[in-house]
Amino acid sequence: MTALPYQGGTSAPIVRPGALRDLLRRHPTAVVGGFLLVVIIAIAIFAPYLGTVDPQALSPIRRLRPPNAENWFGTDSIGRDIYSRVLYGARISLIVGFSVAVLSTAIGLVVGLTAGFNRVIDAVVMRIMDGLMAIPPILLAIALMALTRASVQNVILAITIAEVPRVARLVRSLGLSLREQPFVEAARAAGTPSWRILLRHILPNTVPPLIVQATYVCASAIIIEAILSFLGAGTPPTIPSWGNIIAEGRVLFLVAAYIILIPSIFLSLTVLAVNLLGDGLRDALDPRLARGL
Amino acid sequence: MGVVAIFVFSLLYLSPGDPAAIIAGDQATTEVVEQIRQQLGLNEPFLSQFGRWIWRILHGDLGYSIFANQPVSQMILQRVEPTVALAICSMLVSVLFAVPLGVVAAWKAGTWIDRAVMAFAVLGFSFPAFVIGYLLIFGLAMWANILPVQGYVSISKGVLAFLPNIVMPSLTLGIVLIALIARMTRASMLEVLSQDYIRTAQSKGLTNTKVLVGHALKNASVPIVTTIGLAFALLISGVVVTETVFAIPGIGRLTVDAILRRDYPVIQGLVLVFSASYVLINLLVDISYTFLDPRIRY
Repeated sequence: MTALPYQGGTSAPIVRPGALRDLLRRHPTAVVGGFLLVVIIAIAIFAPYLGTVDPQALSPIRRLRPPNAENWFGTDSIGRDIYSRVLYGARISLIVGFSVAVLSTAIGLVVGLTAGFNRVIDAVVMRIMDGLMAIPPILLAIALMALTRASVQNVILAITIAEVPRVARLVRSLGLSLREQPFVEAARAAGTPSWRILLRHILPNTVPPLIVQATYVCASAIIIEAILSFLGAGTPPTIPSWGNIIAEGRVLFLVAAYIILIPSIFLSLTVLAVNLLGDGLRDALDPRLARGL
Repeated sequence: MGVVAIFVFSLLYLSPGDPAAIIAGDQATTEVVEQIRQQLGLNEPFLSQFGRWIWRILHGDLGYSIFANQPVSQMILQRVEPTVALAICSMLVSVLFAVPLGVVAAWKAGTWIDRAVMAFAVLGFSFPAFVIGYLLIFGLAMWANILPVQGYVSISKGVLAFLPNIVMPSLTLGIVLIALIARMTRASMLEVLSQDYIRTAQSKGLTNTKVLVGHALKNASVPIVTTIGLAFALLISGVVVTETVFAIPGIGRLTVDAILRRDYPVIQGLVLVFSASYVLINLLVDISYTFLDPRIRY
């Protein structure tokens, strides 16, 4: 289906006037979440230009200063500027969140689709996935992190392995129900090879629920990264991440509450933004589901 | 469970460092290390080691801790009480709050009550357990000064001594669970409330409470109970964090310590215990279906 080339002299505006207001009215949560997320992404990208100093720079004279004009969010026990650390920390959380979301969705998609179409693979792969699902994701990530050296890549990998089974299951069940749909039957009757049915008929229909699932995976990955770092099994202490900052504040929380509070607020806002965006997308992409939950 | 066992064993097998060398200490000669290795059967192939390990696990032997020089099973047993107490209290708190919240939200669907409950549910999902924990400490313990900051008192020392310390950890763990269960309760109730038999019940003049609890909630209970089973996974991960925040000497704290010290046999044992209890809880949930819905039979 190709669109006719536009014949007029002036080009029509791509965005209809009032479209934004329309979007805001119909999906306020998605817009609020998206806006918050854009702000946080901007903070992460432009961290070096937002009046920050080196997040690792020590300044023993300025230890444990509460928030003041010079150090907006105060300093920690070895005099590092928490404002800078929190801003740079946004990078880690977002990198981990997005990488895990993309990786586990991609892997889950491949695993789930093949399992949905081949009985033998289905039996083997889904048993492994069930086994992995019997271990709570955090525990699985902790156990994997205990095996390897602490690094951001390993954190991403560990959380991805913990999240893949859920995505694979979703894709598999979607594939199984789509396979019985009349349009797949029609395609098969027309002699379409099964790889083509998979790619052209099944795959596009799994995309909307997967996008929604990916946002939830992203939110959960950000939380798990923070928890791993908080427990000392995540991002190495040399890299500022929100979990690390909170972990360092743990022993000092009676004297310097702000060390924990400020990164906590950022962390919660980020996760909230991703969750709101996910809820909004779900409402927009799948009206059937939206009524239920 | 079999996959879990293989995974957990591989964890130890692949773990860096030679257990024999660690046990023998720094001054040991190569011969001594080799002898210990023989003794522990570390030179045997993967499968034979795995077989012996499974055999020992089935006899309740989880091996020895590298650091504490104590059987792992004994270490876990010593620490089990606070965790179980915490888990039960959190579950009680969350079910007591979540189910009524969800029911009311579904009944008043579309009103501000419904929106408030749903907003709370989204917030509950977004705040990691340790953030809620510290907020509660700052609010209730340091500012209002009505509850102790941290620590744990065993229930064997009396309920009155036990309660103040368990309130904040239970709430911390409970909020995520409340969010999850309330959401599911609402969704499930909405589905049921649109059924014909609810209209019948209403038209024959039953009170709202009777319709909601006796007819609707009863029929909506299967997905709710399923969610409670799933919530157990959240509970386990929450326990690890909450015990760290509130300095509770339970198995969650033991997990963290074991990870920080790379005490692999202990990590292994704990992952096994957690996973086994998770599987067990979900089995109980499956069995409970037959009571909640007589149509389901196994």
